[in-house]
Amino acid sequence: MAATLLMLGNTLLMALREVRRNTLRSGLTTLGIVIGVGAVIALVTLGEGASRKVKNDISSMGVNMLTLFPGAMRRGPTSSAAEPLSLADAAAIEHEVSEINGVAPAASRNLLAVFGNKNWNTSAQGVTNSYVEVRNLELATGRTFSDAELAGGAPVCILGATVQRELFGREDAVGSAVRVGRLSCTVVGVTRSKGSSTFGNDQDDFVLLPLAVFQRRIAGSNHIGTIAISAQSEASTKKVQAQIEVLMRERRRIAPGQADDFTVNDMKEISDALTSVTAALTALLGAVAAVSLLVGGIGIMNIMLVSVTERTREIGIRLAIGARGHEVLLQFLVESVVLCVIGGVLGMVIGLVGSYFAGQALGFPFVLLPEVVLIAFLFSACVGVAFGYLPARKAARLNPIEALRHE
Amino acid sequence: MTRELIALEGVTRVYGRGESEVRALAGIDLKIAVGEFVAVMGPSGSGKSTCMNVLGCLDSPTSGSYFFRGVDIAHLTLDQRALLRKHYLGFVFQGFNLLARTTALENVELPLVYRGMRSAERKTRALRALHEVGLDGREHHTPAELSGGQQQRVAIARAIVTEPSLLLADEPTGNLDSAKADEIMNLLVALNRERGITIALVTHEPHMAAYASRIVSFRDGRIEADERKVPQA
Repeated sequence: MAATLLMLGNTLLMALREVRRNTLRSGLTTLGIVIGVGAVIALVTLGEGASRKVKNDISSMGVNMLTLFPGAMRRGPTSSAAEPLSLADAAAIEHEVSEINGVAPAASRNLLAVFGNKNWNTSAQGVTNSYVEVRNLELATGRTFSDAELAGGAPVCILGATVQRELFGREDAVGSAVRVGRLSCTVVGVTRSKGSSTFGNDQDDFVLLPLAVFQRRIAGSNHIGTIAISAQSEASTKKVQAQIEVLMRERRRIAPGQADDFTVNDMKEISDALTSVTAALTALLGAVAAVSLLVGGIGIMNIMLVSVTERTREIGIRLAIGARGHEVLLQFLVESVVLCVIGGVLGMVIGLVGSYFAGQALGFPFVLLPEVVLIAFLFSACVGVAFGYLPARKAARLNPIEALRHE
Repeated sequence: MTRELIALEGVTRVYGRGESEVRALAGIDLKIAVGEFVAVMGPSGSGKSTCMNVLGCLDSPTSGSYFFRGVDIAHLTLDQRALLRKHYLGFVFQGFNLLARTTALENVELPLVYRGMRSAERKTRALRALHEVGLDGREHHTPAELSGGQQQRVAIARAIVTEPSLLLADEPTGNLDSAKADEIMNLLVALNRERGITIALVTHEPHMAAYASRIVSFRDGRIEADERKVPQA
């Protein structure tokens, strides 16, 4: 056992010496593996960063959020015929559906917001305070609506970060009067920026008004556009969705067999779909990169075959002085594994550094996946064994007499 | 009185089959005792190189017996023959056959590497062998930095570093000028006399064969003559 280990150590030293002796060739041979391993690691790491970003974005839009709106989604433009939602619907959901954290009815309309000589076209939303919770909004300055304001007292509003920037620049908007459509209202708060969503739309472009004010002074009706519902946990979203569907069918008197005239959207569904898309993309890119690893392996085999032919005489000498076939086989195998492992380590470093900077440029978080690094590394060693075996066997099977005569 | 190291009995070696059959060895009987210095002579194609390959366990006889220290080793596997070479045989070739871009010391250490020896002991023994062939101070030169004679000395050091029972030298002076050739031959003679190493030398030059204590002449795959020299005073 000790002798075997010693032999292996000696073989390793010989292999390293051989690699160093032919630096240029070793470098070029290794390049294929460097690129292969680098590409696999970079693409998989970037892919993971992308899907992590998608998940973060979606959870910032509201954790475990469901949205209810009138009109069937699947059946073309039927929404005009669908009966709008009402505050009573929101109240019913809040009372009858279990495992929910909050219910936030909202009505919206696109309006021009004006302050001084600046104006900005934005979405005016009539909401209650539960909207802030359900949508996961945070206030940068100011406060949410008071009970009196929600009941329809003096007109007030909360600005999204984009509206604050466009109308006030760096000045604090709280306390100023902004005109929303024809309604002049006092700013009581500004939300913290959430940035753009996965779909690319600005999540900070809105003005929030108390629902009662919006209905009375802007919309002129009691209609509710959407109801956002937050479930208690990710696991309960499915159950909540089913309960809402049953409840709404009942309230809207939809006969069994008839299609829904409303839609309940589950953010988790969208999130899952997006995650699986990015996962599929990552797998695809990883597979393409794996092909380049394979090509790198073939390159190693090619060079090792050339090397065996070139070193026929050396092999003859080794066999003559007592090397056994398997010792020569081991020597060439170790050499190709050493080449691959050097390539694997270089590729690993390049892949990780590359994906770190690419991730920064693309705004993806950097996610180090130890298992992917390990697998890519082990795979490169396996490539060394797999593609080194044929040349090594060729070397081991040489006839010492002929090998010695080889010029 | 003398111990027998090698005995070939009715050894034949046939290459090819049918029409193209070549009988390189057509029945050889040869005994070599421990401590002998045997020169194997003959024109090319006489079978002397084939005989050398069989003696060196690089090749197996087609028929007949090869007793090495009393054991018949005529029909061993490749690996078994490799083990024999590793433990009992040393080779010196016409073309030196050193590893290129490898220092003299590393070349001499190589057979010890295959014996699984530790590096410190390897180095000690390799340095001693290089000293014996008179190459002190050249341990870290590569073959390209050494003259032909020096390269052959490295090869001899590599062959004797394992303290082999038999040293096989195949035209060791073929690539050297006569002055260098005489030096190498004198070295071999010294190793034979002082260390008692049994040597089998293949050559076609009578002048080189004259250094040996016994000359075996081959012709057409058979031994034509076997003369022992009377030891000189």
